[in-house]
Amino acid sequence: MYLSKRILGAIPVLIVVAAVVFTLMQFAPGDAVNMLVSDEASEADKAAIREAWGLDRPPLVQFLSFLGNAVTGDFGTSFKYKVPVMELVMEKLPATIELALASTLVAVVIGIPLGVLAGARPGSVWDSMASAFSFAGISMPNFWLGILLILLFAGQWHLLPSGGRTPWGLDLPRITGFHLVDSVLQGRWDAFLSTLRYLALPSIVMGTNMMGIIAQMTRASVQEALHEDYVVTARAKGLSGQRVLWRHAFRNALIGVVTIIGLEFGALLSGAMIVETVFAWPGIGSLLIQGIAARDFPLIIGLVLVYTGLFILVNLLIDLLYTLIDPRIRVS
Amino acid sequence: MTTLKDPLLDIENLNVCFGGDRRPVVQDVSLSLSRGEILALVGESGSGKSVTVKSVMRLIDHQGGHITAGRILLHDRGPAEPADLARFGERQMRRVRGSRIAMIFQDPMTSLNPVMTIGHQLTEAIREHRPDVGTPPKARAIEMLERVRLTDPMRRFDQYPHELSGGMRQRVMIAMALICEPDILIADEPTTALDVTVQAEILQLIRSLQEQTGMGVLFITHDMGVVAEVADRVAVMLSGRVVEQGPVARIFDAPEHAYTRKLLDAAPKFRTAGKLPDRLAAERERAEAPVLWVRHLSTRFPVRSGLLRRHRANLHAVSDVSFDLHAGETLAVIGESGCGKSTLAKSLLRLVPAQEGQAYLAKQDLLGLEGDALRAARDNIQMVFQDPYAALDPRMSVRQILREPLRIRGLHRTDAAGDARLGALIARVGLPSDSLDRYPHQFSGGQRQRICIARALTMQPKVLIADEPVSALDVAIQAQILALLADLKREQRLALIFISHDMAVVERVADRILVMYRGMIVEEGPAEKVLAAPAHPYTRRLLEAVPVSHPGQRFIRDMSGPVTRAPIFPIGAQMQLPRWEMVSPGHRYCVEGGSA
Repeated sequence: MYLSKRILGAIPVLIVVAAVVFTLMQFAPGDAVNMLVSDEASEADKAAIREAWGLDRPPLVQFLSFLGNAVTGDFGTSFKYKVPVMELVMEKLPATIELALASTLVAVVIGIPLGVLAGARPGSVWDSMASAFSFAGISMPNFWLGILLILLFAGQWHLLPSGGRTPWGLDLPRITGFHLVDSVLQGRWDAFLSTLRYLALPSIVMGTNMMGIIAQMTRASVQEALHEDYVVTARAKGLSGQRVLWRHAFRNALIGVVTIIGLEFGALLSGAMIVETVFAWPGIGSLLIQGIAARDFPLIIGLVLVYTGLFILVNLLIDLLYTLIDPRIRVS
Repeated sequence: MTTLKDPLLDIENLNVCFGGDRRPVVQDVSLSLSRGEILALVGESGSGKSVTVKSVMRLIDHQGGHITAGRILLHDRGPAEPADLARFGERQMRRVRGSRIAMIFQDPMTSLNPVMTIGHQLTEAIREHRPDVGTPPKARAIEMLERVRLTDPMRRFDQYPHELSGGMRQRVMIAMALICEPDILIADEPTTALDVTVQAEILQLIRSLQEQTGMGVLFITHDMGVVAEVADRVAVMLSGRVVEQGPVARIFDAPEHAYTRKLLDAAPKFRTAGKLPDRLAAERERAEAPVLWVRHLSTRFPVRSGLLRRHRANLHAVSDVSFDLHAGETLAVIGESGCGKSTLAKSLLRLVPAQEGQAYLAKQDLLGLEGDALRAARDNIQMVFQDPYAALDPRMSVRQILREPLRIRGLHRTDAAGDARLGALIARVGLPSDSLDRYPHQFSGGQRQRICIARALTMQPKVLIADEPVSALDVAIQAQILALLADLKREQRLALIFISHDMAVVERVADRILVMYRGMIVEEGPAEKVLAAPAHPYTRRLLEAVPVSHPGQRFIRDMSGPVTRAPIFPIGAQMQLPRWEMVSPGHRYCVEGGSA
């Protein structure tokens, strides 16, 4: 009940986002027909293409017909690739989700312990080191970090691949599109390991920024929680410092941290566009960049809607997670 | 009271410092506690009582404090040498905490972990200290919940703290502290945050558990009434030192130190102190038309439940309240928390919407006004809140705070005359003349409450609503603020609605009393009549719960009274009309009605 209400609530958001993107594209310089059709085409040919793509109609009519089709699941056909947008998205989406989850994992696994370490001993050497590390993570531009790591790990030391998602010739039949899942399902451990090797650099680069923010947030929340009265109560019971920290302070601190993870997921997705381009990762981020370059309107709108949907979904999951962490929050 | 001396704890010449500061916060403190004894540690906030007991638990180590001198000797049963807790390391201390010495705290709302079940928090100490005892921790925990007389212990075990009331949470805290059968219980202001009726129950509970187990109790409080209720011996602290200690009767009858006498004098004593202002003046005023006239006022809040958050019932926060308020009169509204006192005030200020009834302020229909007319009407009715620390914007100077009401109404002037007006206001509430350009944090609690009062008086209101205006203040400061309110009332013919749960304060200031219970008025009348001869059972219970003012007056209270349920009724429930019984002229009580 709650879920269906939240999902229905996402529909107006998606319509508004579509309208904003559509309006922006009307004002964007350049024209898909000029970009995609060879220079030798005559004006008559271009007009014919315009008519075929529906670009000759008034903008409002274009938008409404887009919405009408979208309801039936038809998001139009990409100008550039000549295939339905949905098909393109479905092909590329798993790669981005896989990368985004791996990046979040990197950020959480490094960021939270770092933050707890710093928050438990404010002012200590650990705190300064953790703060310096997380600030570096926040301030590092991801394209720069990406190039740096490629130069070191791929160029200099030949430890990890410099880009792409799979090595040439790896034949992994598609089941879900998530390579890690597919390789496990088929018992292909060679594919699993090589997928991990390809994931390593992009997910570290994409997760670094989030890691820094999570570490800072965890530090502040843990520090605050350690000053709460119930922590004094826990100490007065004779619990050890570690128990007080993890069982009492940390669980309370987690509420703020989880919120940040949800919000930062948006930033992560926008980072995906750059990271996927740097690492030649075949996901929807690099697809969007190509779509924008080509003024491929159906593709752009479709992808932005997918982005929005993902963000809404992740924050819905976060809201559900709250109810597990904090009994005071009930689904309402 | 015990006479046999079986020593438990000896604190000898304790000094405690914080941070790099060499000046001790606790200085040369020596105390001793015997088995079966309740020692009360008394003093104002900041006198070092909390730091002293937290040093015993060595909890100050986690708050930047350290013991610089002295010994804390914890005696075992038998002839063994006592251990010096001041020399203990963290690991050794952990075996003492929760096991031999346990502690309960002031605020049961924040002292329990909100994300862990009651059961989990209860059993934690057993799992830590007694992992090998026969009884399973859960059985032991439920037994403890029964011993602290918590209803339905099986269900409570799986509940979370937010599902329990303040009194219930304090019972859980006590159960948690006593679960490993400690020799010493340290209680740090355990009833300060509770209602007076709940306070009486908790004090009685601590005393009876202490008698059953023979433990020693170190009881910290600032309230001499609480001391009179529970203590066997008393130690008085002032600026980090113990200035006097002795048996409770001796402290009350023949205090030696001037500060002890001051504490005893300042403590509002219920049923022994006289009333501050003259009541005749109020009598004269009653001949005139009332300045505030309220009839059948009802304020309800929707109660939503279920997955769809459907509106299923109403919380009748204020139901069918009627009263008159005359100029120069103080009307006290009393009752436990949740009885609707504050909602009544907010409804009159139009801060929450009332559903039914009428209220006329100076012949203006308060509940019908909107926009500018409402803003103008609010000039005449102002409010002072409970917590002067939270009620002032820390980034506004006193001048800005006082000018804001004028600015909202477009009446402020920045010229000399405007300044003179603010200066006069400051002088009137007894603040130093250089206060205008200072900020709230530069003032003490009592001074801040004076700023709040000045702010409320800026528009020269006819009615001032004071919601627990002194309950966040030390007793000595309380008396000053009450005297200020009484003066203002007399000089400016101010009508005061005084909301309080503290009967001793009410006795000092009230001309008339309204007793509220579950949103309704159950008794009303002249203050001295209601206090001397309470007629409604609830009023009697409320007055009986007030701590005695002398240890010689202790009595066993009947705690079997019903637990107050929230006044939640189905939508459209027809409230039975109250039937009133007259006790004497102007003094009446409700014999039936209210329930649906």
